[in-house]
Amino acid sequence: MTAVADARRDTAPMSKEEKARLSEGKRAERRLGWLLCAPAAIVMVAVTAYPILYSVWLSLQRFDLKFPDEREFVGLTNYITVLSNDYWWTAFGVTMLITVVSVAIELVLGMGLAVVMHRTLVGRGLVRTSALIPYGIVTVVAAFSWRYAWTPGTGYLANLFTDGAPLTERASSLAIIILAEIWKTTPFMALLLLAGLALVPDDLLKAASMDGASAWQRFTKVTLPVMKPAILVALLFRTLDAFRVFDNIYVLTAGANETSSVSMLAYNNLLRGLNLGIGSTMSVLIFITVAIMAFIFVKLFGTAAPGSRDDGRR
Amino acid sequence: METRTAKWRWGLLDAVVVVFALVPVLWIVSLSFKTTATLTDGNFIPREWTLENYRTIFQTDQFVRALVNSIGIALISTAIAVVLGTMAAYAVARLDFPGKGALVGVSLLIAMFPQVSLVSPLFDIERQLGIFDTWLGLILPYITFSLPLAIYTLSAFFKQIPWDLEKAAKMDGATQAQAFRKVIAPLAAPGVFTSAILVFIFCWNDFLFAISLTSTERSRTVPAALSFFTGASQFEDPTGAISAAAVVITIPIILFVLFFQRRIVAGLTSGAVKG
Repeated sequence: MTAVADARRDTAPMSKEEKARLSEGKRAERRLGWLLCAPAAIVMVAVTAYPILYSVWLSLQRFDLKFPDEREFVGLTNYITVLSNDYWWTAFGVTMLITVVSVAIELVLGMGLAVVMHRTLVGRGLVRTSALIPYGIVTVVAAFSWRYAWTPGTGYLANLFTDGAPLTERASSLAIIILAEIWKTTPFMALLLLAGLALVPDDLLKAASMDGASAWQRFTKVTLPVMKPAILVALLFRTLDAFRVFDNIYVLTAGANETSSVSMLAYNNLLRGLNLGIGSTMSVLIFITVAIMAFIFVKLFGTAAPGSRDDGRR
Repeated sequence: METRTAKWRWGLLDAVVVVFALVPVLWIVSLSFKTTATLTDGNFIPREWTLENYRTIFQTDQFVRALVNSIGIALISTAIAVVLGTMAAYAVARLDFPGKGALVGVSLLIAMFPQVSLVSPLFDIERQLGIFDTWLGLILPYITFSLPLAIYTLSAFFKQIPWDLEKAAKMDGATQAQAFRKVIAPLAAPGVFTSAILVFIFCWNDFLFAISLTSTERSRTVPAALSFFTGASQFEDPTGAISAAAVVITIPIILFVLFFQRRIVAGLTSGAVKG
């Protein structure tokens, strides 16, 4: 800032060299911009780009830390091993199921919560504050709360709703994992939607109401179209986030009864199996999957993605 | 008349939201105060109250070490991420330079990056560099993944600051340093503070890195340590101890939410939607 301001002030009185000086000021501005961004950019790239390339390299090797001497280059063998493995596809299916179901329910609940936070006549602060608690709380803590709630004997929910042990059966375990995910992330979804809701002009709603539109019509014909960008951003963020599901599964079932997500599987291969080759292969596959999902989202919705352009900024 | 029924209806909806949000938290609080004898009675409200669980965890080295690690690692990561984020966000918001779009794009990519993809390579790289199971080994990924958050919230915030005030202050005879200290810094402080809270919450919450890049009490944070809790002896049910520890690490979050609700909402939405 200092450099830029000074450079500009110096140029003011000199009309002859003004052009040269101006471009010098421009250059100074560029240099300052790069200088200020460099540390952040270097850290971000060093801690993500290099390791992801390194994991591509690791994924092409047989590399088991229990047998370090047998390390060798094996080409795409690891990929064939993983992609022809039932565990991988089960985990992939589980992850997809959790992602789709939880995001769909969150969208509906989140929209409801956003409307409540936006329109409520009483206790707005109280609602917003309590809705933020699930967002802020440590996922592992929430997961333990759900686990104990569904443990037979100990838990209030287990005693209320079932005689068995729901966390030892596949379907009920998955349902509880999804419940835990929904509880934790609905407020985040709602906050993103709330920001979109605030952009809906009141006049437009009043006009529609004058023209005889019912509350439901106003919502679907006026509110939803205006909110579309906010909805898409919320969906994008939450879908990619849900696909990473790990903490809840780790605490609730530890992946028992075929409830592992892909993250859980990759983690187990690395730290339980100590198999860096296979673990890295899964890392790369997960990265590719997420990249494809992000690409589809951005392709479908284009400029709606945040940061894609400065327009849409208010 | 109509407004009164409307008020009741909204009040009821509010109550549903509050119950939905608070029940799991109250449940873990309730468990943490239960005595060993009543721990498995399934009652939502403890029949007998005790502080025994808290006494136990603060006497074990395992928890105290983890708490120190959690606080230290989260604070250091937050400080560094906010400083680097502030610099980058200032440039994004105020300066014109080629590569700005790339920086914003990279941050967006990292915000969506599947963190588990880094676990295998970082595990190996950190072992080779000798920073596996150290504070630094966790601080690095935490900074990386919280930078996008910091850059987004801060640049959105900096764009709203009336920078002309700085010029005005200098016209009135303030030096550059004075203009910055007396005019710009107070305007920017709330934004910096907000993003610090969000970044802290992110670092405080992390479990995946905490459990994969540590192996001992040396650097294990509380979320990771919780999953290794065994109670005072291996025959003792750790439920009470885990609940108490869970409550302890929830306290800072509750305080943040209570005191800075407005700022957190503003920060999250400006960062994610207005980008």
